[in-house]
Amino acid sequence: MTALLEVEELRAGYGATQVLHGLSFSVVEGGVTTLLGGNGAGKTTTLRALCGMVARSGAIRMAGRSIASLSTEDIARLGVAHVPDGRGTFSRLTVEENLQLGAISRRDPQGIASDMRRIYGYFPILERRSSQQAGMLSGGEQQMLAVGRALMLRPKLMLLDEPSFGLAPRVVRELFAILAALKANEGVSILLVEQNASIALDLADHAYLLETGRIVFSGPARDIREDEKIRRSYLGY
Amino acid sequence: MELLLQQILAGLATGTIYACIALAIVMTYLAIGHLNFAQGEMAMFSTFVAWQLIQWGVPYWITFLATISLSFLGGVLIERVVLRPIHNAPVLSHVAVFIGLLAILNSLAGFIWNFSVKPFPTPFGTAALGEGGFVSAHQVGMIAVTLVVLAFLYAFFRFTRIGLAMRAAAADPVSARLVGIRVDWMMALGWGMASSIGAIAGMMIAPIVFLEPNMMLGVLLYGFAGAVLGGLASPLGAVCGGLIVGVIENLAGTFIPVIGGELKFTIALVVIVAVLLMKPQGLFGRPVLHRV
Repeated sequence: MTALLEVEELRAGYGATQVLHGLSFSVVEGGVTTLLGGNGAGKTTTLRALCGMVARSGAIRMAGRSIASLSTEDIARLGVAHVPDGRGTFSRLTVEENLQLGAISRRDPQGIASDMRRIYGYFPILERRSSQQAGMLSGGEQQMLAVGRALMLRPKLMLLDEPSFGLAPRVVRELFAILAALKANEGVSILLVEQNASIALDLADHAYLLETGRIVFSGPARDIREDEKIRRSYLGY
Repeated sequence: MELLLQQILAGLATGTIYACIALAIVMTYLAIGHLNFAQGEMAMFSTFVAWQLIQWGVPYWITFLATISLSFLGGVLIERVVLRPIHNAPVLSHVAVFIGLLAILNSLAGFIWNFSVKPFPTPFGTAALGEGGFVSAHQVGMIAVTLVVLAFLYAFFRFTRIGLAMRAAAADPVSARLVGIRVDWMMALGWGMASSIGAIAGMMIAPIVFLEPNMMLGVLLYGFAGAVLGGLASPLGAVCGGLIVGVIENLAGTFIPVIGGELKFTIALVVIVAVLLMKPQGLFGRPVLHRV
């Protein structure tokens, strides 16, 4: 099991406020790793730091290559697709244009076209609304669009920031069923940041728990899921 | 009735001037999300460069193409050197920089080429056409050139990948970076294109208003009115807005006695305020829909 993403002593913050205090973690190739934690733990900051959206220090390696000093767009072009909190959809552009933008840095028109068809297969609602303004979609549909756009990059690594946020439980289950299918069929590695620990642990292979900018637990997801003592003390349920 | 028709057609003719500048303004807005107050002066400066090339004996259409290319490079250069440091600065910083550019270009043009009024040639000839001869061959040529530029821009934004990337970069630079778009270069490209369009506008307008460093000051205001009326979202809107403003200006000047020749500029301001009050997205802008 090789590590696709390796992070050592990651520090990051906003201006004078340091939020991450030396995180070390990794994402296994082809697997789902989840980063859990409550509000203010630093989960979103972690994903932003990986993509160069905030000032950061420390070692970040993707497939053995250091990305710690690359710009956001160069990191994306290396195959890292970040689905940010707030979805990041281009709300005035159409659904189809949003998906096309996911593949804007690629140069294989036939691959792009077949990926588009495959993504419409995963998310039929997007095909039905393909010429509508993205801002008109419901929260769940926008989340699907955001994931679809990330897949259009044909990424090696997908970073998902709280995909369940603001969605009804039924929609969350639907979305995570699709994520499970993606895990099985697409061979893309996923770093999943979530507050909803139970649904994240169902999907993940490995879990880290983040508390005020430090990792306080690391282990197989199955361990937390099944060990009531660990779950109680760290996740409170 | 005949007077009305004549004035409408005359208004459309002047409207093409405003449409040209409005097109450059909207282009910049689509590329970088800011209104370039120096657009008129950049166009004027490009026109002076064209004039100089013609003085040196370069044939008209070669001058035309050379000026477009030089303006493109100039626009890219201005973006990289002057605007890049203030990318993330608030709107007022951009306004200050644009006004600074306006002043510099105006004075520089006057310094290099002096403030005397110069004639500028037209490739279309000066024959008067139509009944009563109220529209000249040049004005028809100007409309044709504007439509060609418009068609090019429409195709560029609608059908090309780089056009889509530019729209995305302007709409949401952060998300654009996340899909791998080099936002900085998209902005530079947008400025280059706006600069080229401004140059075309200047070379079309100069035969009518005559070339001197202040020639664009009046036109720019009407250009803004046209751009706002058309909705800042589409090149087609810019052209239609410019034409309509030309017609409104002419009709108001002719039929409303109070306005006459002196208060004509106020028409432009009234149009801007009216549009922003009643239909802020303009005639062609897509209303920004918010889910409640």
